[in-house]
Amino acid sequence: MSRRLILTGNDAAAEAMRQIDPDVVAAFPITPQTELMHKFAEHVADGEVKAELVLVESEHSAMSATVGAAAAGARSMTATSANGLALMWEIVYIAASYRLPIVMPVVNRALSGPINIHCDHSDTMGCRDTGWIQLYSENAQEVYDNILQAIRIAESPEVLLPVMVTFDGFIISHTAEVLEALEDDIVTKWVGEYDPKYTLLDTDNPMTFGPLDLQDYYFEHKRQQMEAMREAPAAVKKIGKLYGEISGRQYELIERYQLDDAEFVVVALGSTCGTAKVVIDELRAQGKKVGLLKIRCFRPFPETEIAEAIKNAKAIAVLDRSVSFGAPGGPVHKEIKAALFGTGSTAGLVNYVYGLGGRDISMDHIKQTFADLETIADSGTPTDSLRFLGLRE
Amino acid sequence: MREKTWTEIPIGGAIEEAGNADAYETGSWRTYRPLWNEETCIHCLRCWVACPDSSILISEGKMTGIDLEHCKGCGICAFECPVDPKAIEMKLETDVKNG
Repeated sequence: MSRRLILTGNDAAAEAMRQIDPDVVAAFPITPQTELMHKFAEHVADGEVKAELVLVESEHSAMSATVGAAAAGARSMTATSANGLALMWEIVYIAASYRLPIVMPVVNRALSGPINIHCDHSDTMGCRDTGWIQLYSENAQEVYDNILQAIRIAESPEVLLPVMVTFDGFIISHTAEVLEALEDDIVTKWVGEYDPKYTLLDTDNPMTFGPLDLQDYYFEHKRQQMEAMREAPAAVKKIGKLYGEISGRQYELIERYQLDDAEFVVVALGSTCGTAKVVIDELRAQGKKVGLLKIRCFRPFPETEIAEAIKNAKAIAVLDRSVSFGAPGGPVHKEIKAALFGTGSTAGLVNYVYGLGGRDISMDHIKQTFADLETIADSGTPTDSLRFLGLRE
Repeated sequence: MREKTWTEIPIGGAIEEAGNADAYETGSWRTYRPLWNEETCIHCLRCWVACPDSSILISEGKMTGIDLEHCKGCGICAFECPVDPKAIEMKLETDVKNG
């Protein structure tokens, strides 16, 4: 039986963490992640979890302590946002390289500067190549569900990679929503007892983590990481299906919303997908063939499934909530464009950068986007393939 | 030693076999080589205590030589050697090799 709760995204994440009850959590506060860890610290203080909470002096230390605990064989978690993620970047890369199945909620916030505390995806897009699996969440329900699934994905023997569960700062993290949470005993059974592949605490089988790895073997270890990423999509899908059996909510790599016969397609990640769905319902009622491709799993990038889902569209708008400075388009746009190469798609493809620093995106913006797509489909490939939503021009 | 492929090695750079640094020869970086003079050595074993690479070879409480496959030539043994003249002397590898 499930429980209906009214929770913010941060509280939903803390609720998932309470139920997972990891062995070790190390964290440092940063807006908008602060309330997440504040809530989890309350669970620790109230004796509701057995987790060892390590309050460190920076995010670099938070990830270092998490890596140390994970190497010791503990189920370990942390959480952060924006500049905090940037500060821990060195160790974020190491966590993936050591194949430690850490799960980290990241509450998306714009990277400084100038300093800004509101949502965009520059933080997690900035570390899309660190070797972490990345799951983007549309609302508080998905925050909760994704964190519970992330534990199983990360710890899958064929994967053993850390997982970032991202959700939009303030828009999701500080907004109360109704969601369905599982009972404690069901979650305890779902996550199970953690059986680490290696543990530094096994004195009968002493081993070394993190030795020098030079010209002779570093390359081979990177190849192994690439292989783990190739195994990950099947694990994400399998666990998404199993999770559906206990929750009634099944998850895939991508979500196809009114996509089967869609001629005009918007591609987005995170909370904007919710806004887009409302617009699509409205436009569908007017007979427009519009749809949404929601990317839930951005790393690994489900290239084949995405290409299959949108290759017949007449025009596609890719919404990027971050900038890849100097590159021909935002990070999502570039990968969509690459995924379509060789599919025979003749779709007009346009990139919209939006929502930087928490700039609101409205239903009208998305309606305008679909209207643009109709024009683009009529006139062929757009000459201006990079556009902006909500920017004063 | 044949170098292994990516499917043959533990993941994440983990080393599962304790003490296998012994198989990794680090002596090739050396600039200075320690030369041991058995005749002046008093077998005090200060060099054995101080060597950071466990490269002083001993047997039954007496020094028997230097493991040049692992000695990196730091010279601590020669510095610590208490006898005069020293029983360990550091010489440039190039000079030793060129005779």
